[in-house]
This record gives sequence, C-alpha cells and structure tokens, in this order.
Amino acid sequence: MGWIMPEGASTYAGDIDRLYYLILVITGVALLIVEVALVAFAIKYRERPGRRAHYTHGNMKAEVVWTAVPTVVVVMIGVLSARVWGDIHRREGPPADAIPVGVMAKQFEWNTTYAGPDGQLGSADDFVTRNELHVPVNRPISVMLEAEDVIHSFFIPAFRVKQDAVPGMHIRIWFEATKPGTYELGCAELCGLGHYRMRGLVTVHEQADYDRWLAQPRAAAETNR
Amino acid sequence: MRVVALGFMLAVAACGGGDAADDAAPGQSAPAAQTGPTGGGSIGGTIAFTGAVRANPAIDMAQEAKCRAKYTSAPMNPIVVVNNGKLGNVFVYVKSGLPAGATYTAPTEPVVLDQDGCLYHPRVFGVMVNQPIEIRNSDPVLHNIKAVPTQNRGFNISQPSEGMKTTRTFNTAEVMVPLECSVHGWMNAHVGVMSHPFFAVSGENGTFEIRNLPAGTYEIEARHETLGTKTMSVTVPADGRATADFSFASTGA
Amino acid sequence: MATTVPREELLVEGYTGAHPVDDRPFIRKYIFSTDHKVIGIQFLVMSLFFLLVGGVLAMVIRWQLGFPGRPMPGGGVLPETMAPGGIVLPEFYNSLVTMHGTFMVFFAIMPLLVGVFGNYLIPLKIGAPDMAFPRLNMASLWTAVPAGLLMIAGFFVEGHHASAGWTAYAPLSESPEYSGVSNGQVLWCLSLIIVGLASILGAVNYITTIINMRAPGMTWGRLPMTIWSLFVTSILVLLAIPILSGAVIMLLFDQTIGTTFFKPAGGGQPILWQHLFWFFGHPEVYILILPAFGIVSDVIANGSRKPLFGYKMMVAATVAIAFLGWIVWGHHMFQSGMNPTLGTSFMLSTMLIAVPTAVKVFNWLGTMWLGNIRFHVPMLNAMGFVSMFVIGGLSGLFMASTPVDIYIHDTYFIVAHLHYVLFGGSLFALFAGITFWYPKMFGRMMNATLGKIHFWLTFITYNMVFFPMHALGIGGHMRRIYDPTQYEFLQPLQWINVFITYSAFILFAVQLIFAYNFIASWFNGAKAPDNPWEDNALEWTVASPPPHGNFRTVPVVYRGPYEYSSPEVQEDFLPQTRKLPGDREPDVMPPGLRAET
Repeated sequence: MGWIMPEGASTYAGDIDRLYYLILVITGVALLIVEVALVAFAIKYRERPGRRAHYTHGNMKAEVVWTAVPTVVVVMIGVLSARVWGDIHRREGPPADAIPVGVMAKQFEWNTTYAGPDGQLGSADDFVTRNELHVPVNRPISVMLEAEDVIHSFFIPAFRVKQDAVPGMHIRIWFEATKPGTYELGCAELCGLGHYRMRGLVTVHEQADYDRWLAQPRAAAETNR
Repeated sequence: MRVVALGFMLAVAACGGGDAADDAAPGQSAPAAQTGPTGGGSIGGTIAFTGAVRANPAIDMAQEAKCRAKYTSAPMNPIVVVNNGKLGNVFVYVKSGLPAGATYTAPTEPVVLDQDGCLYHPRVFGVMVNQPIEIRNSDPVLHNIKAVPTQNRGFNISQPSEGMKTTRTFNTAEVMVPLECSVHGWMNAHVGVMSHPFFAVSGENGTFEIRNLPAGTYEIEARHETLGTKTMSVTVPADGRATADFSFASTGA
Repeated sequence: MATTVPREELLVEGYTGAHPVDDRPFIRKYIFSTDHKVIGIQFLVMSLFFLLVGGVLAMVIRWQLGFPGRPMPGGGVLPETMAPGGIVLPEFYNSLVTMHGTFMVFFAIMPLLVGVFGNYLIPLKIGAPDMAFPRLNMASLWTAVPAGLLMIAGFFVEGHHASAGWTAYAPLSESPEYSGVSNGQVLWCLSLIIVGLASILGAVNYITTIINMRAPGMTWGRLPMTIWSLFVTSILVLLAIPILSGAVIMLLFDQTIGTTFFKPAGGGQPILWQHLFWFFGHPEVYILILPAFGIVSDVIANGSRKPLFGYKMMVAATVAIAFLGWIVWGHHMFQSGMNPTLGTSFMLSTMLIAVPTAVKVFNWLGTMWLGNIRFHVPMLNAMGFVSMFVIGGLSGLFMASTPVDIYIHDTYFIVAHLHYVLFGGSLFALFAGITFWYPKMFGRMMNATLGKIHFWLTFITYNMVFFPMHALGIGGHMRRIYDPTQYEFLQPLQWINVFITYSAFILFAVQLIFAYNFIASWFNGAKAPDNPWEDNALEWTVASPPPHGNFRTVPVVYRGPYEYSSPEVQEDFLPQTRKLPGDREPDVMPPGLRAET
C-alpha cells in the first residue's frame, strides 16, 4: 500500500512511515498465521466419516505462549511509538528558532496570520492569507491553532501533520517541511456542510523565494470577516 | 408504556409547530393583487456621501480560482459603493405612516439573488413577507446561504454545483436580515423583509424611487450596512412626487 | 449423593415450567408478551428493520462518494431539502453518515446482539422458565421501539436530521447556527436517552437472571460462552449507558435551555463531550463485539465437534477486555488537543487490550485444530467472523500507535477498521447466530444452499467493499467528506471509490438473499428437529420452538456445554442434561428434583 501514501515531506514523516511499515509487517505476519491456520484446519480437519475430533479442553503451555508473545510485541510497538510521539510533541515545545504562524479555522476557511517582516505575531505588520500557508523549506514552523466556531482538524497529509483546532483552545504544533513544492491542507474533522471543501494550499518556498514572498507589498492585515 | 407514549408525544410536540420558512412555495400565494391602499404618489431622492472615500477591502480569492477567473483585476468587496459622491446599496423604506391595518399581498414573482463570482448580486435588496426569493448559484463551486435573522426562522442551505436554484421566503417583516456564505467569509448580503411594497434600494448613482404611494405623511428610513440609518418625515401629495435626499458621512478617519 | 440444599430463588412465584396449553389472548402472546422468546423475536424483527434502514442510507452515501454530484437514480423522490433533482446535498450527506452510524450502532447491532440473543438465549441456556423480570423485559422492547420511531421521525422535521456524526461532537452538534440543524438533533438526543433506558432495563434483567435463575448444576464454570459474554456485556451496558445518557442530557440542555457545558463561549469545554462520549463509547465497542465472541465460540465448538479450547482463558479474556475497555477511551482523542502525555498512557493500555483479543483468536483456532469440522452455515459464518475480525483487530494496532494515528486518524483507514470489527466481526457473528438458532426460534430450518450462497457472496463482496478502504485511508482520504474529488491528491484514488460503490451495491443485493431465506423459511422451511446441530446446550433439549415456559421440569445440568467427541459416549456430543453413570447430582437441588424423579 506504500505506493498510495503521499510522499513524506517533513522531518518527522519518515519516523511515522517507518513505524507504519513496522506495524504493517508485524500485523501482516500475524494475519498470515491466523488465515493460513484457519484455511489449513478447515481443509485438514473437515468432517469425514469415521473420524472423531481429538478430545481436549486446552493446553496451558499454548495459552502462555500466545499470551506472552503478543504482549511482548505490542509493548515493543508501544515503546517505539512513545519515542516518536515524544519527538513530535516535545515537552519543551517547538524548536526555539521556529517561525510563528497563526491559523484560525472557521467554517469553512483556514485563515493564516503571518508575523510579517518583524517576525513577531501580534504586531502591526501582521497579515492574513485565506486558505494558503506559505513556509520556507528546512525551517521549523510553529503553528498556533485556533477555531472560531466548531472543531476543525488541520491535516497536511504530505507532512503527516494532523491536529484538531478546538474553539476555546490554543493548540501549538510544529513541523518542518523538507521539500519545496505545493501540498494540500484539508479539514479532517466533520465541521458542517462545507467540511469537504475546507481545503487550502501549503506552499513550501526556498528561503530566498520565501523572503521575496514575505516582502511583497500588501495591504494591511485584512481578514475575510 | 404510558410514560413512553407521553415522552414520544412531548417530543413530537417539541418539534412540530415549525411553520417553516420554506413552507410557502412560489405560486402558492395569491395573485399580486394589492389589498392595501395604493396611489399615484412617489418618493424619490439621492443618497449623498461625504468625507473620504476609503478603498473597499480586497478579497483574497486566490484559492477560489473559478471565481477569481471572473475578474480581470483584484476583486474588491463592494461594501461602500460611492460614485461621484453618491452612495449606492442603501435600503430606503416607509417606516410608518401607512393607514393602520392596511395589509398588502406579496407578489408571486420571485426576487432573484444570484451568487456569481463569489459575490451576491444584488448585495442589498428588499422583499415582501412571503415573497419568494430565488437563490441561484452561477459559480461552479459550493456556496451556502445562511440567513441569520432575529424575527424570522433562519436557514442554512447549500448549493454545491453551478445552476442550482433554491427558493426561500421570510414570513415576518424584518429590516435587515443578513445573509452570508460560510465557505467564502467575505460574502454578505442584506435583505429587507417588508409587510408592504414601499421600499427601494439606491442604485450605483445613489438614486432611489418609491412608487405607488397613497397621499400622506410618512416616516422613511434609509439604512446602509455599515454607515447606519437616517430617518426623515416626508409628505406625499396625491399623484405627486416628494423628494427625500439623505446624506451619509464616511466613518473612516 | 450430595445433600439437597433448596434454593428459594428457583422457586420464586413457583416454578411454572412449560404450559401444555397456551391460552393467552393474541395480544398478550404476540404483541405485549412477557415471554422472553417472543420478545427476542420482536427485537429481531425490529433490529433487522433498522439494519435495512442503515443499509439503505449506506447505499446513498456510496452513490455520492462514487459519483459525487451526479443525480442519484430514484433520488428524485427525495424532497428538495435533501436531494434536489436527485443530487444529494452536503448537509443531507452529513445526516446520512450520522444516521447510518446511529441506526447501525444503537438500533441494529446492539439490539441484535444484546436484545435478541440476550432475551432468547439466556433463560433457555441456563435452564430457566423465563427472565427474572418478564414485565421489565417487555418494557425494554416497548421502550426501544418508540425510540427507533423517534429517531426515524428526525428525517421529517424542519431543517435536517442530526448531522454532526454519530459521535455528535460538540459544539457542532449543539449549535444550529453552525450546523443548520435544530429539531433533528433534539430528536436524536431524546431517542438515545430513551433507547438507553431500554438497554438498562434489559441489562438489569439479564444480570439478575443469570445470577439467580441458573438450573441446578449450571455452575459458573459450565455456562456457555454466549451467556458469559452476555453477562459481562450486561455489566458494561449497565455502567456505560448512564454515562451516555448523562452526556446526551447535557448536550440537550445546551441546545434547549441555554446551558454551556460544551460551549466555550459560556466557559464550557468541547473536549469534555469527547471524554464523556468515548468513556461510554469504548465500552460500547465491546458491548458490540463481546456477545459476538460468545456466539462464535459456541458455534465453532459445535462445528468443530470439539470442546472449546481454553474455556477458562476465554472467560478470563472476556473479563479482561471488559476491564481494559474502561481505560482506553483516550485513544479516540490522540489528535483532539488532549495532553500528549495522556496519549502515551492511553496508547499503552490500548496496546494491552490486543492481548486478550489475540488469546481469543488463538483459542478459536485451537478449537478447530484436530477437530472434525462440519461446515454448516453457522460454522461458515463463524469462520468468516474469525478471519475478518482478525483484520479489524490487527488494523487497530495502527491507530493505537500514537504517531501513526496522527496520519490515519479520521481517515478511511478508521472507516475500514471499524467496519472490519462491526461488519466483519459483529455482523458475521450475527449471521452465524441467526442461522444457528433460527430452527429453535421458528421451528423451521433455513435453506442451507441459500445460506451458503449468501455467506460466500457476502464474504467476497464485503471484502471488496471494505478492504480497499484501507488503501483510501493510507492515501489520506478523510472521513465524512461529501466529495473527495475536491482534493487533488485524492483524485487519482477516485476509481477506488467507484469500485467500492459498485461492490457495495452488490453486497446490499446479496443481503436480499438472506432476507428471502429468512422470510420464506419462516413459512415454508423444513420442520426443525429439537436438536438439528447435535448441540449440548440446554435449549436443544426442548421442542423447536420451545413452549411457553420452556422446560417441563427444572433441567439438571451435569457438565459443561462443550463435551463434544467425549470418549464417554458413542455419539460425538454429550448434552449438558444427560446423566451418565457416575455423574453426581448437583449440590444445589430444589426439593422434589432428586435423582429418582
């Protein structure tokens, strides 16, 4: 199924994908064992005249084995996952040099606030784009997610980023894009009739290109309200 | 059992009684015979605009390419429409002065509200109570039309594809009912719902004309979506024309 | 011989036993009956109807996903507020996904598993004449039916039916200004509160009946897995449903009397709803699958002609799942804004729940191992259950892993997962259960050929519908989106949606075979013998269908239900009530039921 997954384009996409493939292999083997046993038993032990089933109520040794092995395997998956999870949701927050961006989700738009040339959110040179997110490549981006009305979910498949935006909450996430290009941003939490087209474009620029875009003359901050 | 049945009835009762805004389909109302008094009088005038004319806000339509393609230059949100010092999109109506108890039947022909280029056309309009509003989508994108009235029952309907038409009515007089599109945050329209036919909207040249009034003295009100309201008392002679010029000042610094 | 200790519980109101002549008037016999068997069949008819409703809604959903924005054939009959000119509107689509989930979970699968098999099987399998509280039982059914009608009524009120998903996430679910829905959501709330009451009434009854009304010798260690599962499930129902009811009442108050439990504007917390909903919702998942485990365990032992492998481990696993089920709810909320550290602990508890589940699967395989397998229709469906449930169980590991869940949360991977559990799991178990006990319920055999055709076609088309959804999810396809072609990255995957849609139509059509077999056999099926499957459990010792009052005398149980191919007897089954030389009388015996009677 790997071919169908959008190519990863952020720093932690690779970690998530590796975990996915690891679980795919483990579950694939488990599935194969069960299905092969099921089919083999069905053929081998089908009812035939004169045969009689083996009379047994179980086997404690077998029970111990098939309790212990899955326990070890799932705990291992859990520990590996916890590490990646910890790298993404860092206790100390986004990297210190991250570029701050504000994303306000509303029915049915993503309004992105940029700090402007001074690099500070909440100052006079802030500006807003609708359904667009522009970021430089290889720089961590710190996104402050908010929602105006109902719950939305900020989903950039290529970056393996997904985080609910909840009204009344300020949720900070971060990511670092690794490949210039344009990627789609979607809403992953049912938010009303326009949920299906709450779509935006993420443009990852080379640094010089990003600086040019940032310096573009534009009108003062103008939201769509 | 009885408790269950009671609960069921309560629930049904709680949900019934919704004389929906969409109950009255077009064609069901009576022919456009006005039962209240009319006459040959009229009120006309011009809406002036004083002060600095600020540019309307630009619309960031970049991610709505099919709408953006309908404009050659950057689209602006026509909130304050000023031409040669004259103000358009002002809703002017007779607020009081009509004979007590006069009722007027709504025309059956619908008022058309078009969504084209991700803007409402017209942006400001009036309808009579129970007069059908035919909402059209001329854009190949999803629009939803969300009415947020205070006196009427609101609605929130979608038109996912081009060419769709939906008809809605309001059953109580209300000035103004805001309409908005949640997909395109800049899209707003305002509809004045009137119990009589004596209303008009100023055109791009700032002029308006309210016709077929019986003789009398009326209080008329002019209302702009951001610049506020003005009222004026006007006496209309039989079969004559009264003038009512209004002036709105810029709110900008 | 053991001393006889009279058990008063067995003799409350006098043991009536089977009535030789049933002279109840029609309405007491078939409509407002207190007979657990009639109530079970009434629940069966009701929930199969809702299964059909849910299925029809799914077909409309599939049409829209396969052919977004194209007029649906026959859709012109729908009103303009749902599908003008047959084109499904986005708001109607949201109602469809919401009500498909709601009907399937609360009005089809749950009553089918708990209402039907709980009612029908508990007294018969434990050797009781009826439930402990027959009138409460009747009240449970006649509370569920109006709740279902109320839920249907939502389609006909002004505005739309509830459209915030079956999970009804606040604040969308409680804000008409954002959803466009007011009355529909209120009806949804009222209906769920009422149907919750029905579930609680049933659960109290089941628990009391199983604890107090077991026949002499029916010790806890001799209970069939179906009964163990229903017992544990009933405890879950009793503890979980009040949480849902409480949360839904808060939601209703937010909508109707202006409270702000879940509205940030008034100081409420949207995430509180999710915690409450999933604190109910995850035990609910086990409510929807544990009875299926029980049914499948009984059917597989019967089909394999072999004792259930690891009976005690099976019981322990059931209890373990029920216990762990209470501390995993947060795995539905990894991306909700919940503290990420909590995510880690919920991940670990979720991972652990895979263990008892694996134990169950291996024990089913162990049961078939060295068996003498009869491929009757129930057995085929039970094997279908095992092979499909495994996929649903394993795919759960992906979303249990918090980092992988970042990507697949709220995508079609979840949709695939939950349908492998609830369709591949619960529904195949239901087909197994219905075909297994049909002869007992109706005194007629279902047509086995049609049953096998139905099984194989269902098995194949079911996989054609739901397996590709994994691929969609891995491709990033979000859930509950009306028109996936709006996203460029999903356009290359649209052919999968089209394929799924065609497959779903076939899958739906195939279910008509089952419906035909079910109805036609009711009238024309071959007369069923008392014990067509040569099973050991108590219900097969009485006539098909059993008379009102079930057993002529109190049955006495000498062994567990899985003594197949026992070396003690010639046949390959050994009924629980058959006394062999050397079998001790149970310690607990009501007076007058000594060995000499």
